[in-house]
Amino acid sequence: MAIARAKIKSAGAAKSPLLSAAMFTPAVLYILLIVGGPFLLAIFYAFSDARIGNAEMHFVGLENFRSILQSPSFRVAIRNSFIFTIFSQIVVIIGSNILAIALEKTFRGRGLLRFLILLPWVAPIALGAIGWKWILDSIYSVITWVLVALHIYKPYNAPMWLGEPHLAIASVLLVHSWRLMPFSTVILLAGRTAIPKDIPEAAAVDGAGFWRTQLQIMIPMMRPIISVAVLFGLIFTFTDMTVVYILTAGGPFDSTQTLPSLAFATGIQGSDLAAGAAISLFLVPLLVILAYFMLRVAHRAEVS
Amino acid sequence: MAVVQTRNLTKVFKEGQLGAVNDVNLETREGEFLVFLGPSGSGKTTLLRMIAGLETPTSGEILIGGQIVNDLSPRERRIAMVFQSYALYPHLSVYKNIAFPLKAQKVPKDQQRPKVEWAAGLLGIGALLDRKPRELSGGERQRVALARAIVREPAVFLLDEPLSNLDAKLRASAREELERFHRRVGTTTIYVTHDQVEAMAMGDRVMVLNKGVVHQLGTPTEVYDNPADTFVATFLGSPPMNLSEIGDVIAGFRPEHFRPASTADAGAVPFRFKVENIEYLGSEWIVSGTLAGGKMDGKKVFSRLASAQTLKLGETYDFAVPRRELKFFDRATEKRVEPRSVTWQ
Repeated sequence: MAIARAKIKSAGAAKSPLLSAAMFTPAVLYILLIVGGPFLLAIFYAFSDARIGNAEMHFVGLENFRSILQSPSFRVAIRNSFIFTIFSQIVVIIGSNILAIALEKTFRGRGLLRFLILLPWVAPIALGAIGWKWILDSIYSVITWVLVALHIYKPYNAPMWLGEPHLAIASVLLVHSWRLMPFSTVILLAGRTAIPKDIPEAAAVDGAGFWRTQLQIMIPMMRPIISVAVLFGLIFTFTDMTVVYILTAGGPFDSTQTLPSLAFATGIQGSDLAAGAAISLFLVPLLVILAYFMLRVAHRAEVS
Repeated sequence: MAVVQTRNLTKVFKEGQLGAVNDVNLETREGEFLVFLGPSGSGKTTLLRMIAGLETPTSGEILIGGQIVNDLSPRERRIAMVFQSYALYPHLSVYKNIAFPLKAQKVPKDQQRPKVEWAAGLLGIGALLDRKPRELSGGERQRVALARAIVREPAVFLLDEPLSNLDAKLRASAREELERFHRRVGTTTIYVTHDQVEAMAMGDRVMVLNKGVVHQLGTPTEVYDNPADTFVATFLGSPPMNLSEIGDVIAGFRPEHFRPASTADAGAVPFRFKVENIEYLGSEWIVSGTLAGGKMDGKKVFSRLASAQTLKLGETYDFAVPRRELKFFDRATEKRVEPRSVTWQ
C-alpha cells in the first residue's frame, strides 16, 4: 500500500510538477482561507483594541491578555472547559463500554436498539440541546414533574436544573455525555468485534470471570481504539459551544461559561472583538497538544 | 487427572436442522491421548468446545472425573485448552500470559513465579518470558500456549488443531514434542485434527467423526486395518482404500496390498491391472489405473509400491491381493461385515 502510494506520487511528480501542484492547490487554499485567515486575524485582533462598530484600531500589546487573566469569568470558563471535557469523557467511556458489551451479544431487536442509540449523534446538536432545554426547563421540566409526582420534592422547592450553578454544570455535563456516547459506543463496538473470539474464550477457560476478562484482557486490547474515541471526544467537547449556548447561555452568572462560549459572548455579543479573540487564543495550545496525540494515534494505526 | 465421558451428547445449532454433533457416547481412559479425527464440518471441534464448556449441549451429559459438568462454567471444569490460533493475550508478556490462569485462580503471588518458571522450563521457553507474543515465532507461540495450559495442572487437556498454523517442517518436530510432552505430564488429552497423519502418529486411540456421528473409536491400527465402515476406510490412508461393489457387498483393499502377482502368495485373489498413471514420491510409487476383465472391469484403483520402475503406462499387468487383506462392507449400511467368499470373475 505504502509502496504503491509512493510510486504513484513519484511517477506523477516526475511527469508534471505543475499537475501535482495544481492538485494540491485547492486543499492549501481551503486551509489558508477558511482556517489560516481567521486564525491570523484572531491573533491580530488579540493585540488590538478592535470593537464592533468602531473603525479605529490601535496596537495595545498584551493588555487584552492581562485583563482577561484578571477576569473571574475567564477563570470559571477555563475551569468549566476542563470539567466538561474531562468528566464527560469519563462518563462516556464508562457508559459506552457498558453499551458496547451489551450490544455485542445477539438478541432480538438489537438492530433497532443500535439505531436508537446512534440517534443523538446523527441529530443536529442544536435540536438535541433544545430537547434537553425543555426536559430541564424551570417550569415544564418532565424530570421535576416526575420527582414531584413521586413526592420527593414539593412543587415550590423543586430543583432549578439550569438555574442553580452546580445543577447547571451537571446538566451541561450530562448533555455533553449524552451527545458523545453514541459515537464512542460505535467505535468501541467496532474495536470489540475486531478482537478474535478465541481470546475471551481462552480467558474463560483460563478461569477468568466477567470482570477479569473485561478489565485485564478486552479493554487493554482495545486501548488504541479507546484512545481514538477519547481524543475525538475531547476535541468535540472542548471546542463545542452549542450545548452551553442553548442550555444556559453561559449562565447563571457565567457559572457554565466555557472558553468558546465566553469568547462568543465577549467578542460578538459584547462587541469586544479584541477580548473575544484573546480568549479564543487560549484554546490553541491545548488543541495543539490534542492534535499531536491524534497524529500519533493515526500514525500508529497506519504503521500497524 | 480425570476421565472424560459423554452420554448421548447432541448439539443442534438451528432447530430442524441436522445436528452438528449427534448422540455421541465416549469415554476416555485415564491419561490417554485421544484424537478426534474428521473432515471439516464433522463436529469434532463442536464436541471439544462442549467438553470445554464453551458451547452448551442441546441434550446429553458431559462428565469429567465422574461428575456431571453440564452446568459448570469452563473455569469450574478444571480443563485447559489450546486454541488453533493459540489465543495468546497480545498485550501481555509471555510471563503474564502463562501466569494469567494462576491469577484467575487466585494463586498467591509468591507461588506464581515458581509455577510459571516450571511450565516455561518444561517447554523450553524460559528465555522468552519478557517478550510479547508478536515477537515470537509460530513454534514459540505454540509453546507459550501449551505452557499457559499446563501451568495450573489441569485435569484434562483439550487441544484444537494446535499444529495447523505451523509450516510442514516445524509441524513434524512440534508433533514429536507434543508426544514427548504428553508422556511426561501424563494428563488425559483430547486432540482435535483433520490430519490423519497427526491422528495416527499421536493418538493412543482415534475417534473418527463425520457429520456429527462417531464412525469408529479405536487404536490407530484398528481404525486403519479394520475400518468399521466405508467412510473410515476411505478417510484414512492416502491414497484411500480401494472399494468396489461386488454382488451384495462392497469389497475393499488397501493400495499397499495391491501388488504384482509375482510377489503375492499362492491364495491371493488375482486381478488384471491396466496402468494409467505413475507418481514417484521418493520412498514409494503410487500407481493408478483400472481393473480389466471380470466383474470389476473398468474400476479405478490405486497401488502403492516400493518400486514401479518396470511398469509402463498403458500396459496391463497381473496383480493380486492377499485374501486376508480383503475387507467387506454391507452394500446398504456400508458397515463392515465378516469376510465371505465372492466370485470375482
